[in-house]
Amino acid sequence: MEDFSVFDIIGPRMTGPSSSHTAGAVRIAYIARKLIGAEVSRVHFTLYGSFAETGRGHGTDKALIGGILGFSPDDERIPHAYELAMDQGVQVAFTYSDAPADHPNTVKIELVDVNDRKMEVVGRSVGGGNILITEINEQAVELSGEYPTLIISHRDEPGVIAVVSQVLAQLKVNIAFMRVFRHGRGRNAYMCIETDTPVTKEMQAIIRQLCSGITDMFAV
Amino acid sequence: MQLMEAFENGAALCQYCTAENCTIAEAMIRREVSRGEMMRDAVMEEMRKNLEVMREAVRIGLEEHVETVSHLSGGEARRLFLYAKYDPFSGGNTCRAAASAMAVCEVNSSMGRIVAAPTAGASGILPGVLIECGMERNWTDDQLIQGLFTAGAVGLLFAQNATISGADGGCQAETGVASAMAAAAIVELSGGSPEQALDAAAITIKNIMGLVCDPVAGLVECPCIKRNALGAANALLCADMVLCGITSLIPFDEVVSAMLQVGRDIRKEYRETAKGGLATTPTGKAVAEKVRRFQSYSGEY
Repeated sequence: MEDFSVFDIIGPRMTGPSSSHTAGAVRIAYIARKLIGAEVSRVHFTLYGSFAETGRGHGTDKALIGGILGFSPDDERIPHAYELAMDQGVQVAFTYSDAPADHPNTVKIELVDVNDRKMEVVGRSVGGGNILITEINEQAVELSGEYPTLIISHRDEPGVIAVVSQVLAQLKVNIAFMRVFRHGRGRNAYMCIETDTPVTKEMQAIIRQLCSGITDMFAV
Repeated sequence: MQLMEAFENGAALCQYCTAENCTIAEAMIRREVSRGEMMRDAVMEEMRKNLEVMREAVRIGLEEHVETVSHLSGGEARRLFLYAKYDPFSGGNTCRAAASAMAVCEVNSSMGRIVAAPTAGASGILPGVLIECGMERNWTDDQLIQGLFTAGAVGLLFAQNATISGADGGCQAETGVASAMAAAAIVELSGGSPEQALDAAAITIKNIMGLVCDPVAGLVECPCIKRNALGAANALLCADMVLCGITSLIPFDEVVSAMLQVGRDIRKEYRETAKGGLATTPTGKAVAEKVRRFQSYSGEY
C-alpha cells in the first residue's frame, strides 16, 4: 500500500489545467535542465501519445518550456513561457509524433547547453503530477525526481558502487533508494542514487576524486 | 490503536478518533507529522499556503476575465455568481458555492494557479464549498485549514482503498471524491462526529456512483467545469442530510469498495480517453476537430 501524504491529496499547488499534462510536464523538463547543469541554448521536444494529441490544449508545450527555464509547477510565469524563452535566447522546437510510445504521456527532450554540450532525456508523466525519467543519453534509468538524485556513469567493474556509497556515508548523506543499470558486462554502467539531502557541487567533486571508475556525473 | 493503522479504512479512523477523543482533522495532522518529513508547524503552514492559493483562484475566477487555452470556456462562473443574488432555485449559498467551484476550474483551464484536490480536474469543489460556507458562517482561516485536513483524510482513504484517478475509475473518482471530501469537511466543521463526516462522504459518492469521465477533445473543460458545480451542490446537500440525522445505509468503507469495483467495470472508453460519451457526440467530435486544427496552427511558432 502506497504511503500517501495529505499533500498528495490536497496538492500539489500547480499551474493548470492537468496534473499529468501540465504539472508533470514542467517537472520532466525541469529535471532535464538540472541534468544538463548549465543554461540551455536550444531544446527540441518530441511529444508522444496523449501528450502529442492534446498537449497544446493542456498547455503541455508551455509547461515543458517553463521547466527548461527552471520554473516549478506552480510558477505563474508558465503561460508566458514562449515569450520568456525568446527573451532569454533559448531556441525552442516541438514535434508532435504519432509514433507509438510505451506510455501515453511521454516526451523526449534534446538539449544543447551554452557550452555546446548535448543531452537527451526521455520522461513520462505517470499521473497526479508524478513523473519518471526513463532514459538519459539513450541509457535506461528510473528516476522520480522526488528526492535529490545523483546519477553516475561509470565503468562496470567491481568496487565502484561500494566506494561511492562509502564516500556518501562519510559525507553524512543518507541514501534513500539506489538502482544500478549497465549496457553489458564490463561496459558502461549507471548508478541512480536518490538521497535524503542534496549532494552539493563540493561533494560531487570529492566523489569524482576518490572514485576512479567514474566517467560522468549529473545531479538533480 | 496505532496512528498508521487508523488510516487503513474509515472504520479504523472512527475508532481512533473515538479512543483519542479527537477530530478526523487532528488525526490527519498527527499522521502527517508522524511520517517524519515535516514538523507540526510546517504541516500547518503548508496547508495554509494551499488555502491561500485556493482563495485566490476563487477570487480570480469570479472577478477577472478568464479565458481558457482552448477558448472553449470562461466567464460562466462569474455569470452564475452574479445571478445568485436573484433568488435562485438552488438557493443563494448553493449557487455561490457552485459558481466558486466553477471559478477555480476556469482558472485551472486558463493555466492559472490552483491546488489539486484531489486532482486538477476536480480542483474547484473543495475550495468552492469551503470558502463559500466559511464566508456564510464566519469560519476563521484556522477552521478552514482544519476542514482541509478532514477533506484530506477522506481523500486519502479513497486513494488508498480505491482510486482518485479518472483514468482508473472515471469521474466518480475525481469530482465524486472531491465532493465526498468537501461534504466531510463541512460536517466536521459544523460539529458533526467522525461517523457523520464519513456518512456524508458515503452518501455523496452513492449519489454519483458510476459517473463516467468523457472529456470533450480530451480537455479538462467540458463537462468537467459544470461537474464541479454539481459536485459542490452534492456536497452541501449530503452534509445537510447527515447533520439533520440521516445516516447512510451502506457504510463508508463498503461504498469505497463498491466505487472501486464500479470504476473497474467502466469501459476504457469512459475513463478519460475521450473515446466515448460526450466526447464522441457529433458536437463533441466537431469541437475536438476544431481544437486539433488550433493545435497544428499554433504549432508554427
